[in-house]
Amino acid sequence: MHYNFMRELADSWGLLAMFLFFIGVVGFAFRPGSKTIYEEVARIPLQNDSED
Amino acid sequence: MGLESRVQQASPSGGGAMLMMSLWGVLALLAITMGAKAEDTPFAIHMFIFAAAAILALVFKARSFGQPAPDASGYNDDIVRWGALITLFWGVVGLLVGVVIALQLAYPAWNPDLEWFNFGRLRPLHTSAVIFAFGGNALLTTSFYVVQRTNRTRLALGNLAWFVFWGYQLFIVLAATGYLLGVTEGREYAEPEWYIDIWITVVWVAYFLVFFGTLLQRKEPHIYVANWFYLAFIVTIAMLHIVNNLSIPVSVFGSKSYALFSGVQDALTQWWYGHNAVGFFLTAGFLGMMYFFIPKRANRPVYSYRLSIVHFWSLIFLYIWAGPHHLHYTALPDWAQTLGMVFSIMLWMPSWGGMINGLMTLSGAWDKLRTDPVLRMMVISVAFYGMSTFEGPMMSIKSVNSLSHYTDWTIGHVHSGALGWVGMISMGALYHLIPRLWGRKEVYSLRLVSWHVWLATLGIVIYASAMWVSGIMQGLMWREYDANGFLAYSFVETVEAMHPYYVIRAMGGALFLVGALIMVYNIYRTIRGAQPVSQPVGMVSAPA
Amino acid sequence: MKHETIEKNATLLLILSFLLVTVGGLVQIVPLFYLQNTIEKVEGMRPYAPLELAGRNVYIREGCYVCHSQMIRPFRDEVERYGHYSLAAESEFDHPFQWGSKRTGPDLARVGGKYSDEWHREHLSNPRNVVPESIMPGYAFLSAKEIDPKGYGRNLAALNLTINNGNGAMYRPEDLDNAEADLVAQATGEQTEGLLQRYPKAVARNFDGDPRITEMDALIAYLQVLGTMVDFSTFKADMSR
Repeated sequence: MHYNFMRELADSWGLLAMFLFFIGVVGFAFRPGSKTIYEEVARIPLQNDSED
Repeated sequence: MGLESRVQQASPSGGGAMLMMSLWGVLALLAITMGAKAEDTPFAIHMFIFAAAAILALVFKARSFGQPAPDASGYNDDIVRWGALITLFWGVVGLLVGVVIALQLAYPAWNPDLEWFNFGRLRPLHTSAVIFAFGGNALLTTSFYVVQRTNRTRLALGNLAWFVFWGYQLFIVLAATGYLLGVTEGREYAEPEWYIDIWITVVWVAYFLVFFGTLLQRKEPHIYVANWFYLAFIVTIAMLHIVNNLSIPVSVFGSKSYALFSGVQDALTQWWYGHNAVGFFLTAGFLGMMYFFIPKRANRPVYSYRLSIVHFWSLIFLYIWAGPHHLHYTALPDWAQTLGMVFSIMLWMPSWGGMINGLMTLSGAWDKLRTDPVLRMMVISVAFYGMSTFEGPMMSIKSVNSLSHYTDWTIGHVHSGALGWVGMISMGALYHLIPRLWGRKEVYSLRLVSWHVWLATLGIVIYASAMWVSGIMQGLMWREYDANGFLAYSFVETVEAMHPYYVIRAMGGALFLVGALIMVYNIYRTIRGAQPVSQPVGMVSAPA
Repeated sequence: MKHETIEKNATLLLILSFLLVTVGGLVQIVPLFYLQNTIEKVEGMRPYAPLELAGRNVYIREGCYVCHSQMIRPFRDEVERYGHYSLAAESEFDHPFQWGSKRTGPDLARVGGKYSDEWHREHLSNPRNVVPESIMPGYAFLSAKEIDPKGYGRNLAALNLTINNGNGAMYRPEDLDNAEADLVAQATGEQTEGLLQRYPKAVARNFDGDPRITEMDALIAYLQVLGTMVDFSTFKADMSR
């Protein structure tokens, strides 16, 4: 296995794949319409919580 | 889902109990046989400890025989109560050993001519007691609490959670006695030998089954983000542990084994493990804690749930690459070092995203910091998280690392993370949990909590500053040349120069320990005379 | 697919997280076993002789690695203080590696041959007798611990089951058969012909001055071989590594 092959892979497709992954995560999180769902989910720890 | 309906509460039955008893009996006999055939004393001692534990489990099972099944309708909070107290116990032990070894470095006379009391054997005892005994139990305890509350269901798989809990304590006892007896694989933070590694693997798989089974039987459609972090922590640690501990025992009746890999590959495997023991054990798991207990304590939802999603996926993806920064300028090939550095620097972003998310949860409620020292403790811990995760990427830059590596700077960095972040978020969570688990409105004395917070903070600041000064100073002394072009200092001159800082460091550590002892007293007064309270399933927080 | 799908499906969350955390390790660790230039081609490296191996095991057991590194970095000051920077090849037989992470004491990668056996014995027994400012613990108890050479070949046999960079078994059958004799020969300095044939340039003598074979013998034998194997007169650095 050759070092140069690895190097070129890392500079091209590897980099692209990771960048797309990151864009994907951000896209998921900020897709339209997620806000209301997430506001509800974020309250899970506070449910039934009148006492404190 | 089909899988979810298949996960049922295991109800104790006569046949099942008999089977469990015979299993423990067989394990006890096996351990006694192995102990009798042992080729070295530590192995024999360990096998007899193991046999004693198996017999205890057998007796415990036998005593419950014919008794009515314990009430399993509410949350399993008994295990959380045990866990909370044992976390505190191991915390004090770990800190105490830390102060002892700090004194050994300041005053070598603290190393008597006893082989089991030398720095070389006590140091793994300290690191493991703090990381795995204190930190591990804090994670076990809070994960069992959080997964039940956020999914509104009791822990899955019946008594398996108890096996996880006591099995984990047995692992700690075996590991700790092993260090004193000289049983070690010589891999930092993964020192226990092959048979202890096998045991903890069994326990860990059971832990995974309990946690994941509880997720599957949840009554809440969404899985709250704290659970993602706990889940990633459990799964990743399993992977890291198994790969890093691959080794060939010399004999099945002896403690010694040889690592499967050697040299450069072994080094990267170890630091892939070692850095992610930090990333997943000491970070991801405790972020799970943060995402539950800070919103809970501040009584407002997390600042941005979207940010927590980005935080989660980018953190778990990036952390796993950062290991090679422990091997800068070593014989590890340059490409691997560069990868490690780049990913470590990128890691700064999700880390601070998480920190901002934790801190900003308090926006609009900052006044609570004035009146609530428990929340103050949690917020200070997140601040230390932010500081350590800024310092870490900086130290992973090769030119900075060339100075900081091999010096006390690294030790200071680790402690601002371990004492500041891990220690204080765990203790904050315990201050919140314990009164509620025992049916009290609040901890015995908030004033004492306040004392604890300031003593601990002061202790860490003293510790970390002493290590910055000694680390940078020693690094500079090593590379200093005199006018004639010779090295200015011999090695031992640089050791001598460290002495005052080692004394100061011991004092910083002692302050942190005193804070923890105040906590022990405070908790003792909180639960004295109180009745443990278990809640019905469905409630998210304990009644006050 | 929406992210909500992941949040509502524990199995999917599990699988995705697991896949993600495997990537880094696969990309960084696996190539080290296959890239041809990971371990330099050098002359002189050999597996440890049985007594040296026993000493290495003492070194690991006592936690020496928590204060001493065995990895000299390619900096002017380190090379002048400790010697030629460390090569990957020099730890190719180290199961586990002992590069260390902290220098509370000095680096030991090339300590072999720098001090006399007597110095080591005195220093290990009571460090402050020879280096007054030292903060090292004492290891006098090593002199009282005898090593039983019987069955030592099993350690070599266990090492033969480890991964050896595609070079087959670390030890040959005759190494295993003679492990006990080799251990005794190196600790006494007598009848060393076989030993020197199997482990070229091995240093064999009574290291601790005591007629018994003790852990002190073994540890000093290990310290004295550290960093002495590679012949640097024939070494050429690979700059593209």
